Amino acid sequence: MKQVKDFTIIENLHINDCYSRMTLTPADGAPMPEMKPGQFVQIAVEKPGVFLRRPISINDVDYSSNRLTLLIRKAGKATECLIGMEANQTLNILLPLGNGFSTDAPAGSRLLLIGGGVGVAPLLYLGKELKSKGFNPEFLLGARSAGDLLELEDFRAIGTVHICTEDGSEGIKGFVTAHPALNSPYFRLYCCGPAPMMKAIASIARDKAVDCEVSLENMMACGLGACLCCVEKTVKGNVCVCTEGPVFNIKSLTWN
Amino acid sequence: MANLSVNIGSLRLNNPVLTASGTFGYGEEFAPFIDINRLGGYIIKGTTLNAREGNDYPRMVETPSGMLNAVGLQNKGVDYFIEHIYPRIQVYRSHLIVNVSGANIDDYAETARRLHALDRVSAIEVNISCPNVKEGGMAFGTTTQGAASVTRAVRSAYPDKPLIVKLSPNVTSIADIAKAVEAEGADSVSLINTIMGMSIDVERRRPHLSTITGGLSGPAVRPVAVRMVWQVAKAVKIPVIGLGGIMNGRDAIEFMLAGATAIEIGTANFIDPAVTMKVIDYMEDYCSRHGISDINEIIGCI
Repeated sequence: MKQVKDFTIIENLHINDCYSRMTLTPADGAPMPEMKPGQFVQIAVEKPGVFLRRPISINDVDYSSNRLTLLIRKAGKATECLIGMEANQTLNILLPLGNGFSTDAPAGSRLLLIGGGVGVAPLLYLGKELKSKGFNPEFLLGARSAGDLLELEDFRAIGTVHICTEDGSEGIKGFVTAHPALNSPYFRLYCCGPAPMMKAIASIARDKAVDCEVSLENMMACGLGACLCCVEKTVKGNVCVCTEGPVFNIKSLTWN
Repeated sequence: MANLSVNIGSLRLNNPVLTASGTFGYGEEFAPFIDINRLGGYIIKGTTLNAREGNDYPRMVETPSGMLNAVGLQNKGVDYFIEHIYPRIQVYRSHLIVNVSGANIDDYAETARRLHALDRVSAIEVNISCPNVKEGGMAFGTTTQGAASVTRAVRSAYPDKPLIVKLSPNVTSIADIAKAVEAEGADSVSLINTIMGMSIDVERRRPHLSTITGGLSGPAVRPVAVRMVWQVAKAVKIPVIGLGGIMNGRDAIEFMLAGATAIEIGTANFIDPAVTMKVIDYMEDYCSRHGISDINEIIGCI
């Protein structure tokens, strides 16, 4: 059930100048609502010049310790403020929002989770969920350079990780779309990252007739399907990314 | 406890708090956060005769203390509303008010006519002030003649039930427009709709919105809205509904002091989906702090 809750920051780990990994727990100690991989939260950022909430992907959820983890990239005033926050500070969060990735597939299916930059965020929780369902998910992670590869050790703890960097500082040099891992037969591709990357992956998936889900990040105001600002064109017409997405099967999009 | 109920023509609201069209979906989106039955009423998404896809993305950009939108009246049309949405939202006891828009006068009248048959629609709010559609919308709301002609047509298609006309701030004299729709039989006017604005991405040298211009809402517009409510309330005898950047109870009271009988909460719903309940709580508290037994006492006291 969607709710607005105050969360206390337990830790805000600065990965480098541009990224932090924030771990939170409900301020009232109540158990967190159930959250699915691919869903997101909307955070109220108390900073002059920031008016609307900011949507952030759910990076990880641990019900046993009642903790939520978010991966934040500095993209503007609001995210800069979030990266600068410290343990014990409070954030008002609207959650959980959106639909999430599919986690059902025939037993033994090969699944590839493709992330670019901070787009890897929802893939950690998705990978864990798929692993707990008996799959052996693989990851294909891309970034500008080695320093932008986030949470590598966490991904490696779940499954095989293929890496690309644009400058060649780690893994194969170039974009994820050129990685040979994509030549393997997968049952489904999951993709989250910059729009040009997702469109390129979607095109590969269409050519190979492989199932493919992408997570969009259209600008939004409410996150509840009320403002109709974050729409994406689909085969059903304009739909809200915040409620019908953010995860879409590429078959429902009009990208080709 | 003070009396919070107010009258908009023959429509009695339990309290002055309404939701602004286009910011509250069909109400049900907010059911996890608030008790919809506690609202004075809820005004739902702008409805047109035929389905509309709305404008292309991007439709929204944040601006200082507000936002610009260019949604463009995306909705599935009045028949879809009657068949699929109306049966679902009838469970709420709060007054349901449907916002009506159109590309031409016949469309407005026909949409109003189809809604008139619905028992649970307590009133309609006619939108002659949408800045985000090419035809109709604001075009009717910027001249006294246009505003009067839409009101006349809708009044005759929608007799004996409360008719609210939502006014555009993008005019020289909003009081003149208000007087024109009052003369054609409107039971109330609501104001303001968004103020036409524009924002440019200077790095890309392109407008932020697909439509170039859009409608500004949020606290950035509030002083303009309060001023216009004050001017209109002095100019007409029908009740005025005030809106524009109301973020909390204090802001709502400000509009009532300026002359609003009821208020609508809009953009604030996007930031705090429970804001409407907090505004009602604030009104109760305000009355008790100021020794007011009936909130009607403060309307238009400036």
